[in-house]
Amino acid sequence: MHELSVTESLLEIALRHAQAAQAKRINTLYLVIGQLSSIVDDSVQFYWDIVTKGTLAEGAQLQFQRIPTEMVCLDCLHRYTPDKEDMACSSCGGIHVKIVAGEEFRLEALDIET
Amino acid sequence: MTQRIPIVENIFSANEQLASENRARLDEAHVFSINIMASPGAGKTSLIENTIKKVSGKLRLAVIDGDIATSLDADRASAAGAIAVQINTGGECHLDAVMVSAALQQLNLYEIDLLIVENVGNLVCPASFQLGTHLSVLIASIPEGDDKPYKYPGMYRGVDALVINKIDLLPYVPFNMDYFKRGVEILNPGVITFPLSCRTGEGMETWLDWVLKLGR
Repeated sequence: MHELSVTESLLEIALRHAQAAQAKRINTLYLVIGQLSSIVDDSVQFYWDIVTKGTLAEGAQLQFQRIPTEMVCLDCLHRYTPDKEDMACSSCGGIHVKIVAGEEFRLEALDIET
Repeated sequence: MTQRIPIVENIFSANEQLASENRARLDEAHVFSINIMASPGAGKTSLIENTIKKVSGKLRLAVIDGDIATSLDADRASAAGAIAVQINTGGECHLDAVMVSAALQQLNLYEIDLLIVENVGNLVCPASFQLGTHLSVLIASIPEGDDKPYKYPGMYRGVDALVINKIDLLPYVPFNMDYFKRGVEILNPGVITFPLSCRTGEGMETWLDWVLKLGR
């Protein structure tokens, strides 16, 4: 899995914003992760503790907000969260569907000490 | 003093920035590029090898080969007649824009019409990392089973074309094409599909015509 490289990107983004705000340290990072984004929280946490050593972010907490997958059926406009097996419409069974949420992977905010 | 600062930045943004720089370099040199992704053993290298053999003379081709170790794939591409650059990812499960950027440095882009990037064999991670290529192609293969679109939605969702390789094995393995195609249609409606067999050559002509059009 690629959690090491994404954790390094996360650190880079956090440090850039913290330095711009003249932070002394970073306390908390608020992450938004969609269910479909194939990122494992525990694995990010594991690398986070390693890559932050000696940086402003050392000891910072990671808060994960998980976004469930949400689909819309283009035939009957039903909105639903698909079960794991099948992403077809849970109301009419149609396959003309669109993913509207669940692919997020972003850093939403930082708590810093100045 | 403690304060909260709003950010809202995509964690892949650094990669995506570099991917757009790669794209700009390719566009400037008029190189069309495709990123080929698949599970290990689906036939990425075989398809590339067959493609090189058939289009060389008509298009100037280069291949960037991503693998965790060895240069076996680049050797095959090079033996088939393309300019080939090997990237060893040293354990990383996917190619990213940084690796492709470094590989582009090793190529004279002005001598190339079509660049094929062969990603690391993996149905999960490569989908998340843009490289800067113009199109993404996924190779599915019959022995993998018909449930793969359902199990790896991220990969099936993000591609521009789908090759279904090893169709010569359809009589020998349980594979429900309707079930497979239904899963594909849910994730990627109307995606262009090339059923073929690298081994028998069936279906290769349609694929090669498409590739030739891309490179012109």
